[in-house]
Amino acid sequence: MAEHIVTKKQYAYVFVILLVLTLGTTVAGNMDLGPFNVVVALVIAVIKASLVVLFFMHVYWSTKLTRLVAVSGIAWLGLLLWLTLTDMISRGWLGVPGK
Amino acid sequence: MANHSLALRHQFEDVAQQKDASTLGMWIFLATEILFFGGMFCCYTVYRSSYPHAFGIASNHLEVLWGAVSTVVLICSSYFMACSVNSAATGYRKALVGFLVLTILLAVAFLVIEMSEWYLLYKEGLMPGVNFTYKGIDPGHVQLFFCMYFAMTGLHASHVTIGIVILIILAFRAYADVFTPAYYTPVEISGLYWHFVDLVWIFLFPLYYLIARHLQG
Repeated sequence: MAEHIVTKKQYAYVFVILLVLTLGTTVAGNMDLGPFNVVVALVIAVIKASLVVLFFMHVYWSTKLTRLVAVSGIAWLGLLLWLTLTDMISRGWLGVPGK
Repeated sequence: MANHSLALRHQFEDVAQQKDASTLGMWIFLATEILFFGGMFCCYTVYRSSYPHAFGIASNHLEVLWGAVSTVVLICSSYFMACSVNSAATGYRKALVGFLVLTILLAVAFLVIEMSEWYLLYKEGLMPGVNFTYKGIDPGHVQLFFCMYFAMTGLHASHVTIGIVILIILAFRAYADVFTPAYYTPVEISGLYWHFVDLVWIFLFPLYYLIARHLQG
């Protein structure tokens, strides 16, 4: 794989966006958006995390194998959350005697 | 060629392949770390969806300003780490050492802020198992929130501490001129670890400090 060196300027752009998003999430957190407070907070967190992974951690320029490992880590986390939450949400749906 | 053979282990075809292998290994470790923290995030999600009210009350005992400042400090630290990787790749030894020192200083600043917060929570009687005197609404589940808060920020803080040790070793090695544009893999993969630590905090900050800010009366 051809070596890719990310310049300080490119890092600086990402850095500034991250700072703006931190300010954004703090301001949005203090506004009353009802159930959307959590949604907005998580969407901003995911955008920030993606920026860090893609540019600071060089996944944008990395080999396919490295990308696969990164994505699989997130996919297993998704499985963990998905299966746990489906159990949590659906537990009360059926009347189980003695429960 | 002497310097080159020092950098390249004999099992690899070339320096690029060696670097790819190290990066891949680090990412496999980070995938396990995602699940290490993921278990706790999953636990948090379950309890927060079960007791949203108590978690909201408890969350408003945290200082959002300090949470935001910690976030900025860690992001700056991550940026300086990225600059260290750039300096190593382009062969600027002094800049590399300088950026590593800045990264370390901000990491220490982060820990100082976090430990001050912990101390204030301890004084307020909000540290479960040590000093917990909260007598307001739903104390059991407020205590649960703080158990999770200390467990997760504690695990994160231990990662920051390990990161500082790694960065100090790196800074000394960089000062000794070990790294060249042909061989700076330790800087690169330590950077990956450091950005991961930042990544965890990016989620901890909104989930602990911001969830119920708008409900504050």
